[in-house]
Amino acid sequence: MFKKATTSFNCKVSSLLIALFSSQTFAAWDDINMTEGVTAISKEVFELHMLIFWICVVIGVIVFGVMFYSMFAYTKKKNPNPSTFHENTKVELAWTIVPFLILVFMAIPASNTLTTIYDDSAGDINIQVVGYQWKWQYKYLEDEIDFFSNLTTDLDEIYNKTPKGEHYLEEVDEVVVIPVGKKIRFLITANDVIHSWWMPDFAIKQDAIPGFINTAWTVVDKPGTYRGKCTELCGKNHGFMPVVVKAVPQDEYDSWVKNKKEEAFKIAELTEKDWTKEELFERGEEVYAKNCVACHQTNGQGIPPIFPALAGSDIVMNDASRQIEILMEGVGPTYAMQAFGKQLNEIDIAAVITYSRNAWSNAENGDGKIVTPKDIVDYKKPKV
Amino acid sequence: MSAVIESHDHEHHHGPAKGITRWFYTTNHKDIGTLYLWFSFAMFLIGGAMAMVIRAELFQPGMQIVEPEFYNQMLTLHGLIMVFGAVMPAFVGLANWLVPMMVGAPDMALPRMNNLSFWILPFAFTVLLSSLFMEGGAPNFGWTFYAPLSTTYAPPSVTFFIFSVHIMGASSIMGSINVIVTIMNMRAPGMTLMKMPLFVWSWLITAYLLIAVMPVLAGAVTMMLMDIHFGTSFFDAAGGGDPVLFQHIFWFFGHPEVYIMILPAFGITSHIIETFSRKQLFGHASMVWAMTSIAILSFVVWAHHMFTVGMPLAAELFFMWATMLIAVPTGVKVFNWVTTMFKGSITYETPMLFSIAFVVLFTIGGFSGLMLAITPADFQYHDTYFVVAHFHYVLVPGAIFSIMAAVYFWIPKWTGNMYDERLGKLHFWLSFIGVNVTFFPQHWIGLAGMPRRVPDYALQFADWNMVSSVGAFLFGASQILFLFIVIKTVMGGKKATPEVWEGARGLEWTVESPAPYHTFTTPPKVTQ
Amino acid sequence: MNEGGKKTIKLLCFAVLGMFTFSFALVPLYDVFCDITGLNGKVTQSTNAETSITAEGREIGLQFISHNNAGMPWVFKPSKKVLKIKTGTLHEATFYAKNTTNKIMTARAVNSVAPSNAKNYIKKIECFCFAEGIELMPGEEILLPIKMVVDNELPQEIKNIVLSYTIFDSNIEHSIIMNHDSDHEMEPSI
Repeated sequence: MFKKATTSFNCKVSSLLIALFSSQTFAAWDDINMTEGVTAISKEVFELHMLIFWICVVIGVIVFGVMFYSMFAYTKKKNPNPSTFHENTKVELAWTIVPFLILVFMAIPASNTLTTIYDDSAGDINIQVVGYQWKWQYKYLEDEIDFFSNLTTDLDEIYNKTPKGEHYLEEVDEVVVIPVGKKIRFLITANDVIHSWWMPDFAIKQDAIPGFINTAWTVVDKPGTYRGKCTELCGKNHGFMPVVVKAVPQDEYDSWVKNKKEEAFKIAELTEKDWTKEELFERGEEVYAKNCVACHQTNGQGIPPIFPALAGSDIVMNDASRQIEILMEGVGPTYAMQAFGKQLNEIDIAAVITYSRNAWSNAENGDGKIVTPKDIVDYKKPKV
Repeated sequence: MSAVIESHDHEHHHGPAKGITRWFYTTNHKDIGTLYLWFSFAMFLIGGAMAMVIRAELFQPGMQIVEPEFYNQMLTLHGLIMVFGAVMPAFVGLANWLVPMMVGAPDMALPRMNNLSFWILPFAFTVLLSSLFMEGGAPNFGWTFYAPLSTTYAPPSVTFFIFSVHIMGASSIMGSINVIVTIMNMRAPGMTLMKMPLFVWSWLITAYLLIAVMPVLAGAVTMMLMDIHFGTSFFDAAGGGDPVLFQHIFWFFGHPEVYIMILPAFGITSHIIETFSRKQLFGHASMVWAMTSIAILSFVVWAHHMFTVGMPLAAELFFMWATMLIAVPTGVKVFNWVTTMFKGSITYETPMLFSIAFVVLFTIGGFSGLMLAITPADFQYHDTYFVVAHFHYVLVPGAIFSIMAAVYFWIPKWTGNMYDERLGKLHFWLSFIGVNVTFFPQHWIGLAGMPRRVPDYALQFADWNMVSSVGAFLFGASQILFLFIVIKTVMGGKKATPEVWEGARGLEWTVESPAPYHTFTTPPKVTQ
Repeated sequence: MNEGGKKTIKLLCFAVLGMFTFSFALVPLYDVFCDITGLNGKVTQSTNAETSITAEGREIGLQFISHNNAGMPWVFKPSKKVLKIKTGTLHEATFYAKNTTNKIMTARAVNSVAPSNAKNYIKKIECFCFAEGIELMPGEEILLPIKMVVDNELPQEIKNIVLSYTIFDSNIEHSIIMNHDSDHEMEPSI
């Protein structure tokens, strides 16, 4: 009977190993395993993860093997007279020392990989990453490019009114573009509460802490679009502030930088132009959909008392200067209503204010005043 | 393990008081144990209901059931209630029932303080739960309440949260003082420390951990209170403080706290495996050594919860190695349990099923814990569902299964009635399947990239989230069966003998079933 | 209860009080520990900076970054963002700040260094970040000074240091609750 049990045990182990190592199983693992990523570090981390995993599997198989064997071989029926041994110092020492040695074996590659990750020398490109409630801001220090990155998934998709797109909850308006093959250093901080910047494909995760800088670096080998998440509970929309990084060949990166700088010039020009109410309304509707609907809702009803209604609001209808102040400075102390003056250009601010003053029957019931980009430029001039 | 030669137990005082006020005024450790256990069961069901809300929302991508703000309140309260309302009070309830009997003492050292320790708990949780109805809603910053989300950005109910945490802490501290004094000063003559049963050892160690760290939690929430109301800046960078300081103080409490939530489970498991293997526990002294090492090590590993916070390399290496080290004594315990079963004479009553499942599934949770200890890999696991899977494995088929095992094991002693074995096994299998279907896929979801504490997720996580939710609904429903089984047993069943289980060792099995209201009013003599 | 029991209770109560006090002691302990080890990357005022001004050493890169925390409308930026300096020499830098509002405001600047193990080699003789608060009148602008020297002993592998400054509004109420308490208008009344 003992022999039978051993044979069946051996059979079970072999078939398990075959199943695990077959290529078919490995393919399916893409869905349920960590990504190998696209950097040397991410691959090292993946290897480490798999090494520890397999060691745990082997230990588990051995320990549970003995246990399951006992469960079948030593039932009261099969073994009515239990043994009486109840201690053995040698054995205790053995199974203290051997696991300790296994741990040392694991600790060596782990410590090496960690030390490599902590290499904090200069980057070819330095990007300041700032976590906001609930979006990311990226400032390229050398090229002086500065933009916010917001989730672009429609509320209608989130609330199941329209079908969800392929990159549901993983798409943003402004992507972080980096060149392949160059060392990129990220300088991570936050504007309000603690957030965390995670790029699984680069094996980077660092907390974004207000007042402090954390650093991370990467060298991406493979062009592509890579998606990550905020990984520290930061309030209401913690699940709605993804990270998207696009790695491109150097020449594409250079032209992207050039374009971004030109955009800044164009915005300055557009600010000077005379905008019509219709133009402002149309643009404002887009700005509103991207930046305001999460709290103030598509119908302008808000979620009182925390997120006030804009439709029928006294300030929105009758007090343009107060409205400009709120948009530009935000509302303290928590700034759940952020200082959008820092995030949006003058045209977008003027547009979204004009939109709100004319949408949802606010035009009929209020003073119908429009706000132009020039008004915002004026507001920004020093007060004294 | 001690066997008793003589015990005198016939000096009966009056029995329990009559009427409902018995339960308000009782100073009897058995009554108070019962109160704690029922309270913890109620909290388990309430916290479980919140888990059902969470899993219902996560059943499919998109927002269907609740808004993100309310979802954050659910996940916060779920954690707080399960940790402070279900697991900890259940273990205290077991301590109350069992420790005096196991050491041959007539009651706990401070019976009136014992009553107070219990009764402030329903008060504390009423305060906490009532915050759901306050303006701004309940606490929504996670059970780990990091600043500044829990200070500057917190809803007004945070003050009530702090108040209720203080009260829960006071309850734990008073309970621990009681346990330590009882164990150190009221053991029957002849019961040396090394003759003490392992459940008593586990509670002695746990009580010391509680004394050491609950005041630190009190300090942390007091600092929060001062930052919020009195203009200090412990955790506010604007005033010269540091949000990371909060994390250090919290986890200095938090890590020993999770061992507080598992050490009594280790004690219970040793009793049950020994009994149903009909074989003395292998390595009694080594098991004591292992629990002690785990407790001591638990003080120097706290920052493994903070690997991504930006600590310097030296600190990260230290905490990685120290955390890995805890696997050694933990492994020793698992090996000892398995060796106890080896060449034993095993039967599979419900307590044994839960205990075996504990050993296997807690070990799986331990493996994922070891993976998490590896800092560079942790950069990919931290704050994802991989962590959620890890701690639910060690807490649900870990701590909770051991509590259920303990209830099945000792309820014949408490009530005098055997539970329905068929129903017990059914509860076990439904729970076992439910718990694995719920939490195993969460390892994959986390590895594949889903963060924790989110009400919605990208499409690639949909399938396994749905599976996990189905498992959760099954597990949740099975606990209603457990409630039915317990009530049924209290009300009647096959009469239990004093020994109840063949092979059971310990002083509690020498008294009648149900145990008389006052036991060991004269201390027994303990020899072997 | 016997004497032994009473003694145990007393000891345990002291232990409880002791651990509660310990948690508060963690606050200054943390600062001291961070100071000695440089763990949190904050550079504090140096008392012996002059000793670091020795021979001109190697060239390293210095980057200044700034951030306005939520609710801080000032203009705040480094006069020069990226520079090369030599270790062992005294270096002066400035940050430009302007109060663009029509209220008197007080700011507090928090500094952070990357890599954090560079912190012990950065000796600051003067820094606006040491001040409890920087008060500016409405419309007032100022150049905030930093005088520092990077010690020659800076580990060879560090070739670039980033100094980050975040300004906070000192007078801001620290929570929604304090805000309510002092009857400030929290949300616009619309």
